[in-house]
Amino acid sequence: MLYFIEQFLNGVQLGMLLFLLAAGLTLIFGIMDLVNLAHGSLYMLGAYFAATFAAFTGSFVLGAALALAATFVCGVALEIIAIRPLYGRNHLDHVLGTFGLLLFFNELVRLIWGPAGMTLSLPGEMLTAVQILPHVYYPAYRLVIIAATLVVAALLYIVVMRTRLGMLIRAGASNREMVGALGVNIKLLYTLVFGLGAALAGFAGLMQAPILTVQIGMGENILILAFVVIIIGGIGSIRGAFVAAIIVGLIDTVGRAFLPDLLRAALSTNAALTLAPALSSMLIYMLMAGILVFRPEGLFPAASR
Amino acid sequence: MSEPFRLNPRNAVIAGLLVFLALLPLYTALSGNSFVMTLFTRVLILAMAAVSLNLIMGYGGMVSFGHAVYLGLGGYAVGILAKEGFGSGLLQWPAAIAVSALFALVVGALSLRTRGVYFIMITLAFAQMVYYVAIGLDRYGGDDGLTIYKRSRFGIVDLNNRTLFYYLCFALLLASIYLVSRVVNSRFGLAIQGARSNERRMRAIGFAVFRYRLVCFVIAGALCGLAGALLANHTNFISPAMMFWTRSGDLMVMVVLGGLATPFGPLIGTVTYLLLEEALSRVTEYPGLILGPTLLLVAIYLHGGIHSLLQRRTS
Repeated sequence: MLYFIEQFLNGVQLGMLLFLLAAGLTLIFGIMDLVNLAHGSLYMLGAYFAATFAAFTGSFVLGAALALAATFVCGVALEIIAIRPLYGRNHLDHVLGTFGLLLFFNELVRLIWGPAGMTLSLPGEMLTAVQILPHVYYPAYRLVIIAATLVVAALLYIVVMRTRLGMLIRAGASNREMVGALGVNIKLLYTLVFGLGAALAGFAGLMQAPILTVQIGMGENILILAFVVIIIGGIGSIRGAFVAAIIVGLIDTVGRAFLPDLLRAALSTNAALTLAPALSSMLIYMLMAGILVFRPEGLFPAASR
Repeated sequence: MSEPFRLNPRNAVIAGLLVFLALLPLYTALSGNSFVMTLFTRVLILAMAAVSLNLIMGYGGMVSFGHAVYLGLGGYAVGILAKEGFGSGLLQWPAAIAVSALFALVVGALSLRTRGVYFIMITLAFAQMVYYVAIGLDRYGGDDGLTIYKRSRFGIVDLNNRTLFYYLCFALLLASIYLVSRVVNSRFGLAIQGARSNERRMRAIGFAVFRYRLVCFVIAGALCGLAGALLANHTNFISPAMMFWTRSGDLMVMVVLGGLATPFGPLIGTVTYLLLEEALSRVTEYPGLILGPTLLLVAIYLHGGIHSLLQRRTS
């Protein structure tokens, strides 16, 4: 039971992380109709910035804040220099162009920070485990991740649903030309949305930096998971991304933790040991396939957003 | 396409490239430089994979972002059979083709129900699934991959002979270019191309677009599976890395760089991309800093790839 609660929280934490990435991807796709493979690079940059600034300032919180600002600036610069010419082009051009950007960023990081990874150490009070239920302890920092991401999700909801900027974002998602025709500065709006997506990805990267090693290509695996999330949730829907991210996070984590035992109950120990790692990594893709059969547009199709 | 042959710059480049590829082993024999032949064997094999991707992506308009998975499936079919003691190529290669075709059938049946960006991401996700499954296969090396100690056996034909293997790859590449151009110019292929430009109209005049696309998808997968069997024999090694999603990105780059929906575009693109990669890694320690922005510029400015660049010169 204790183990289950721990794994459940780990799953929620992974889901929250995936939501941060998926929200940016789905916003950028929903509004600019852009497939952005370089999104994982911004996640990587966020982690590298955090490790660098935290070492430089000596404070994790200050380092994280600086890293967040830096990824936002990078996102804005990237949009202005490289992404703008890709708007209105077909998806194949997007894939090709942003794939090139991904190669560029991996190499740039290798040039600046070197091929070895970095680590980011946490302040002492975040390293301890706190008692969340009687006799159940959980690392404080992972709780911080869950809480911080929930706050960001709430802020995102308020920005998108309650502010003028959010109104323009929603309007842009449903009819781009009309928003432009009504005199809204579409260029600026696009740049801001891309910067916002970059900041969300950077936030995911910097929050994850103390748990994982900060290394080149760290965004490439998680980007695919974020894709799975927005396929399940429905491309363009932030609500869908939130629900799907938690489902994917839970199924992946809990599946990896408990599938070996379940299989052992059904099969011989040897067969279970061979099958379990392969099968548990397939779980979320099977979920995606299953959802596609019944709802090809995802759980929350963009029209009902 | 079936346009009459003319001696224009584009055809001259293609003819020159084919002559160069045909005579390359001669150069190796005279100079003793076997590196070039190893490099170009790789070029031929990946060009074959690119040709198969061009069938669905170029002619069919199905932007599959998981094509490297068939290289992996074909390679693993050869590697796993070799490890289990079945060394005959007559068993390994058909198995590579069959496994790839079967996987393409399942993925195609699921993903062809969707359009546009969904299709891109779903093909990508299913390819990654196989990648993770391969990592989980501890018996076959898991993350580290598996060395293949004996190349596929074909009676008296010895694939360990580099020159022979090179010409086998060359012949199979030419055969696949021929096969694809036959397919796309058949009634079947014209229906596929029609569905690319206007799917609704094709359906309205009575074509079962979904079934046509699925068959096309399976042909491309099977062809790429064969390329995967060649690749495993070439490197004597298989690992999950050969189907990581960035490999699929490389294949897409090769096709687009050379020219979508052109018979020789994938070959031109593969030669250009791999030689550019090789040349850059000799000049600089950070090839991606140049290669990456180059791809972005190609995406923005070079519609129709190198193939159309050569054509523009003609007219």
